[in-house]
Amino acid sequence: MRPFAYERPTNVSAAVAAASHFTDARVPPTQANAQFIAGGTNMADYMKLGVAQPERLLDLNGLAEPALRQIRISDDTIRFGALVRMGEAADRAEIKRRCPLLAESLKLAASGQIRNMASLAGNVLQRTRCEYFRETSWPCNKREPGSGCAALEGLNRQHAVLGTSDTCIATYHGDFAQALIALDAVIEAEGRKGLRRIPFAKLHHLPGDTPNIETDLAADEVIVAIDVPIRAWSHRSRFLKIRDRESYAFALASAAVALDMDGDKVRQARIALGGVATVPWRARAAEEALHGKVLDRDAAEAAAEIAFAEAKPREHNAFKVPLGKRTLVRALLETRDMKVPS
Amino acid sequence: MNQAAPAPKENMGNPVPRIDARLKVTGQAGYPADLATANVAYGVLATSTIAKGSISALRLERARAVPGVLDIVSVGDMDEVDKPEFGNTGASSIAPLHDKTIFHDGQIIALVVAETFEAAAEAAMLIRADYAQETPSASFDSRGTRIEPAAGKSPMYKENLKAGDFDAAYAAAAVKIDQKYSTPTQHHNPIELFSTTAWWQGDQLTVHEPSQNVTGWKTELARQLKIDPANVRIVSPYIGGAFGSKGPMTARTAIVAVAARRVGRPVRCVVSRLQAYDTQTYRAETRHRIRIGANRDGRITAFGHEGWEVTSRLDPYVVGGTSATSRMYNYGSVLTRVSLVHADRNTPGYMRSPPETPYVYALENAMDEMAVELGMDPVEFRRINEPEKEPIGGKPFSSRSLIKCYDQAAEAFGWSKREAAVGSMRDGDWLVGMGCATAIYPTAAAPCAARVRLTDDGHVRVQSGSHEIGTGVRTVAGQMAAERLGVDIDKVSVEMGDSTLPPAPVSGGSISTASVCSAVLKACDAIREKLFAAAVGEGGPLAGSGKAKLEMEKEAVVTDSGKSARLSDVFNAMQIGALEEYAEFAPKGSSPEALKKLYAGQAEFHGGDQDEDSVKYAYGAELVEVRINSYTREIRVPRIVGAFAAGRIMNTRTARSQLMGGMIWGIGQALHEATEIDQRHARYVNRDLQDYLVPVNADIKQLEVILVPEVDHAVNPAGVKGLGELGNVGTAAAVASAVYHATGRRIRDLPIRIEDLIV
Ligand SMILES: Cc1cc2nc3c(=O)[nH]c(=O)nc-3n(C[C@H](O)[C@H](O)[C@H](O)COP(=O)(O)OP(=O)(O)OC[C@H]3O[C@@H](n4cnc5c(N)ncnc54)[C@H](O)[C@@H]3O)c2cc1C
Ligand code: SF4
Repeated sequence: MRPFAYERPTNVSAAVAAASHFTDARVPPTQANAQFIAGGTNMADYMKLGVAQPERLLDLNGLAEPALRQIRISDDTIRFGALVRMGEAADRAEIKRRCPLLAESLKLAASGQIRNMASLAGNVLQRTRCEYFRETSWPCNKREPGSGCAALEGLNRQHAVLGTSDTCIATYHGDFAQALIALDAVIEAEGRKGLRRIPFAKLHHLPGDTPNIETDLAADEVIVAIDVPIRAWSHRSRFLKIRDRESYAFALASAAVALDMDGDKVRQARIALGGVATVPWRARAAEEALHGKVLDRDAAEAAAEIAFAEAKPREHNAFKVPLGKRTLVRALLETRDMKVPS
Repeated sequence: MNQAAPAPKENMGNPVPRIDARLKVTGQAGYPADLATANVAYGVLATSTIAKGSISALRLERARAVPGVLDIVSVGDMDEVDKPEFGNTGASSIAPLHDKTIFHDGQIIALVVAETFEAAAEAAMLIRADYAQETPSASFDSRGTRIEPAAGKSPMYKENLKAGDFDAAYAAAAVKIDQKYSTPTQHHNPIELFSTTAWWQGDQLTVHEPSQNVTGWKTELARQLKIDPANVRIVSPYIGGAFGSKGPMTARTAIVAVAARRVGRPVRCVVSRLQAYDTQTYRAETRHRIRIGANRDGRITAFGHEGWEVTSRLDPYVVGGTSATSRMYNYGSVLTRVSLVHADRNTPGYMRSPPETPYVYALENAMDEMAVELGMDPVEFRRINEPEKEPIGGKPFSSRSLIKCYDQAAEAFGWSKREAAVGSMRDGDWLVGMGCATAIYPTAAAPCAARVRLTDDGHVRVQSGSHEIGTGVRTVAGQMAAERLGVDIDKVSVEMGDSTLPPAPVSGGSISTASVCSAVLKACDAIREKLFAAAVGEGGPLAGSGKAKLEMEKEAVVTDSGKSARLSDVFNAMQIGALEEYAEFAPKGSSPEALKKLYAGQAEFHGGDQDEDSVKYAYGAELVEVRINSYTREIRVPRIVGAFAAGRIMNTRTARSQLMGGMIWGIGQALHEATEIDQRHARYVNRDLQDYLVPVNADIKQLEVILVPEVDHAVNPAGVKGLGELGNVGTAAAVASAVYHATGRRIRDLPIRIEDLIV
């Protein structure tokens, strides 16, 4: 582990100022000299492995603004402060009731200990677990642009089948982000130029030719809040996560589904897919295929076919295509069958 | 009594809580890297990133420049000492810093020593090596491997066993199968990381390192360092999981000792989880071909088991589990053959039931296939083929309670509710499957010494250089002394894990309880004899009771007619303050040099298939229920029942705990565990517990361990069959059997994963 400077700014603007001072806008944020740290469950891990080598850590846990640690629930929005811990949000009864998908996506993630440390903003920004990315002796375009991708022809069981490129096929592993993208969440970030609101769907970048550029955020932008609108589909929503073991494992495939039903017909569907794509993945074409339809197994299967029409499997992850489809079908039907207070 | 502390049945000891439980759960048990060491410097390894070739240049300048770096031991710096050897005490003959050749990925290329761990870690990351690289052979299917017969390559695998005329019997069989099975590379991943702390006081070397073989290591380390073994002390009081990984000494121990001599102060090197995958041993990858022929009535007439195993370029590590599989059932004729496949890998080694786990997996999966072929219930198929004598040498079994195990397990499990037809059991969206398999483990013992001391206040101290690897041997040895000397277990202290104690054999092969308890028993009996003689002798407190039957109870010598004499009175009569006995135990059939070899750290195993009079094995039956989602196909194991018979059970709590841990591990082997290898580069890829999956609590729902009473006086004086490695044998095959029952898919290559069932 490299020596690094550690700083604990006391408010958001001080954090932004410190980050601005120590980073260079021309360097991609993932490689910036100064990095924020919240729960540290991702950042400290990657520093120990030598994957991240910041010269300066800016610890956000000293920020004084109370809103950063609050969950505020109004009639039409749930607003999460960026430093709210995963565990707290997962356990909040009102969230479980009004938008089960949000709570489930958090509850099924990681372990109790990690959920107690990890922040919601940090969770959303967690980096891939690609084995070749995690170990610095392998070529990896995400870690060392231009060095190649060891996973393309290597072991790629856990890798993505959607949103891949010729330079990177790493999966985005987070669960909460699938709920957020399905529910049209909005990120609020403060930077040098002030506060801005970013639709969650615009936050993550596809790998393309620059897998080292992962999000829309600048190195000196701090996420302060996440807004999730509460709509007609929020009650009838759930998260289905299929994994190798019963707990403490990343998704092989997951589906975040929210439905607004008109009798047995779909008025509106919201679908996101996890474990199978390089970024949080909204399946819009599949949603559209369901609109106005009776949601039976055939309709669900047709939607799943559409969702995976563009899938590009590789040697060890081909199973994710049938698995991803079936996960989505199961999630759609289970969400349809939920008992929801009218 | 509760589930964790089952009520003892016939021939079973009390579920005494572990005598070190409190220390362990309160963090006060001193594991080797925790032991206080003044002025310690920190060592961190640098390892190779290629699997084959040689080092053309090692660039250390940037590492040396890191503030706090004291020294770097690298290639060439070990020339003064001897190379490690492969064998019982040595993990591998690959001698990393003696040689520029790279034999496997992750081979040690340097040890950085610094004032702080952080500085050493940083410097180790800055070391750069230039390599002359060659294309490595990763595994079975790679080009460039060298294949050779295993027979004669290891003292543990002398020949391919056979019986009768397999070819003719197989050709003539009415029903037959011929199938291939495989098991992956697996790593032990003990939670306590590997570590070495070494320091010199004059010419005396002390090493703190988690070890399953302190006496053996003392001798081997002294040989490498060319010093007198009397000047080496290995200390390993507690071990946080070993499973065989801490049995053989690796090259690192001598490297750290040399570093400590160079910097003139203690050096501690804790190996990272990642580096442990390459610098320690692991379970070899295996492939199997099994042929079984039978009559239509289900009686087996021919059994053929061929195995292939990956090992390193230099060392002939043999798994060779055909000894157990060829003696499992009443086969008629037997053919076995084992081959080694040398590749550019680190040397594999012992891992919990090393030969049995992969070989019995293949056998039992094949037995299940054969039962299907015969249209027979798989438990019934085993019953029909229960042998009177073992098929290879025609020897009797010292005891064999397998059918009792099946009966009791089946009863508890509700096996009779199993519907035979594949795919016929369902619970809502979940397919239900039920499967079974046999567990077997050889019962062995080795020479062992122990010292027991009793004082007149009833305190007992037991000393033996065995190892508490989590099995509870410290507790059962204490229990043995408490029972024989009639004192409360609270008054017994047990010292283990130090090469200055009376020597004990390597804690491997499930021999510890039998060997240590037999030695402790002998020492206690010598104490009893002296006390009894003094008590009833002239002037003794029980003078005149010479003909009485004597026992020790409640810190007193008691007669069968109810008279008793307090220990202190007997001690007074003897005019002594403490009574101490040193005992050496050697199993029946031991060679004349067996005890001498014990002091040199070499264990001579007896029992299992080695004895003339009988073969000695412990058995169990495991039944599992799996559930597979009919649509998304994830596999879960909600229920498992295992019934085991293993001679005298010293302590029902620790016995259950061992068997439970084994069964859980078996579930992991069935569904999760595999070290993935990048075939292009012969490198392990999932070198951490995030990607190397084992079951978590949520995966284990109902688990029942049944201890089946069994008496066996032939095995050893303590009547104990080791059971530490019994529980995880067979489990994976039982799961495979249940998966087949649920889905009709026969999975032959472990682990069984969702992708095997979905496409
Ligand atoms: C063994 C293991 C299993 C896991 N399993 C799962 C799982 O099943 N599902 C799942 O979803 N996750 C899983 N995780 C990931 C875990 O949820 C994340 O590590 C965690 O959520 C990250 O949050 P943190 O606060 O600790 O982030 P940190 O490590 O502190 O930061 C992560 C990143 O976010 C940045 N950051 C943090 N806060 C802000 C902010 N306010 N503004 C701007 N940038 C910020 C940091 O600079 C850093 O780049 C697992 C992790 C581990 C170690
Ligand atoms: S998939 Fe992406 S993260 Fe993984 S090795 Fe390739 S470039 Fe790196």
